[in-house]
Amino acid sequence: MHAAHAVVSGMGGIRTAGDLVARLQLNRGMRINAAKKYVADKLGISVADIGDTIVMSEVREELDIGRISETPAVAKGIDAKFRIAELLDLEINCVNMFMKRVGIGSYKSFGA
Amino acid sequence: MGKILTRMGDGSRVEMTEAEVQQELEAGSQDAAERAEVAPLTDDEIKYLLDLYKCKDRVVGVEEGKECCLTYDNMTSKIERAHIPLDKFQQLMMFERGLGADTLELTHIDYSFKQCKHVVQYEKPKMEQAVLQTIAPIFYGSMPNLGLYSVPDGPVRNPGDLLPMGKIEEAKEAFEQMADYAIKDMVYVGSELYEKAGADGINFDTTAAAGDAEFYAALKAAEILHAKYPDMGIEMGMSGEFILGMHSEIEYGGMRLAGLYPHDQVKVAEKAGVTIFGPAINIFTNETLPWNLARSIVFTKACSEASSIPVHANLGMGVGGVPLTLTPPLDALSRASKAHVELCRLDGL
Repeated sequence: MHAAHAVVSGMGGIRTAGDLVARLQLNRGMRINAAKKYVADKLGISVADIGDTIVMSEVREELDIGRISETPAVAKGIDAKFRIAELLDLEINCVNMFMKRVGIGSYKSFGA
Repeated sequence: MGKILTRMGDGSRVEMTEAEVQQELEAGSQDAAERAEVAPLTDDEIKYLLDLYKCKDRVVGVEEGKECCLTYDNMTSKIERAHIPLDKFQQLMMFERGLGADTLELTHIDYSFKQCKHVVQYEKPKMEQAVLQTIAPIFYGSMPNLGLYSVPDGPVRNPGDLLPMGKIEEAKEAFEQMADYAIKDMVYVGSELYEKAGADGINFDTTAAAGDAEFYAALKAAEILHAKYPDMGIEMGMSGEFILGMHSEIEYGGMRLAGLYPHDQVKVAEKAGVTIFGPAINIFTNETLPWNLARSIVFTKACSEASSIPVHANLGMGVGGVPLTLTPPLDALSRASKAHVELCRLDGL
């Protein structure tokens, strides 16, 4: 049943920008069109492209925010979420918790 | 003119003429409109649904650009129920990387907050590790399940025993006590999983199954959690279209909860701090799917129009126009999915 809904109506999760749009919905209570536009603007692509697996695969690779097909030395799991928090200007609970535990003030510390 | 092959609410197949399908769609729409005092489907919407049933394709899908986000209930338990020997982390990664899930949900197999409370020390490390390995936002989910707080499962006198004895006031007090216990458990489990384990949000699933007192408990828990953690995602999925007045007088924010339909339920949920609301419209197994689907869309559309927060309608087994069966047929499920998303302008399922 889950697979069927994903095919019929779902955004596609990390195959596209489904996870990013979902973050705006659950953390900011944004409705779908506003959330899609917010994500598209932050990614610098059109709203139509955020649901396209080909475009988003390239965008996710370029921004290093995690993909289905992981290769060595690219962001996975929590490291991808550090980049997503910065990219979307969004507080991600586990990222904040991670920074607190390892004693860093900001994800921007890594780029310094 | 050929017959249209569709199904009953239990999934069994039935053949109908085009006129019969249209009649069923109109009757289902009218039933919901009269109950909830909202607008029925327009002629164009009836035609849209009729065309959907006339289409002979086995699977249909939403138009490109209308895709929505999926949230889940009891995600990891679904794999356990199928007796597939996969660890919870593997299940989450399978949903994220294999099944296109937009969000994830970690759950305990005994899907009630009261039961989760006992094992929360074991659930937290699982969540801590899950957030390290996954990318999609992740909920911790469970049900308020007020029934577990009364005898023989809990400490409070059972209202089901008190009501037949005519002890109305005692039954109401019992419901209030049960709600107090449930609020404590939901806030405790939600806080532990969010504050100490890194969950992105909490999911109150099958809310109000025990009626208005249970709805109140979930709203109050959402209110407390939202005040403690303003960035926390809070999803509230319902159990049915109508709030049963088991207590009958309990209120939240000045609104009596008994008798609320989804377009009013979402307003009190918003007030409590809920960020995603999930209306659930029950299936009538002895009615046809066209009747059930039209009825579900009328309730859900009114809810979506009244809402300021994302609406993720429940479209599982026995709700939202999906037949009440353990193996929902693809033809029925895909039609329910597409029609709800497109006609109700849903944010998710």
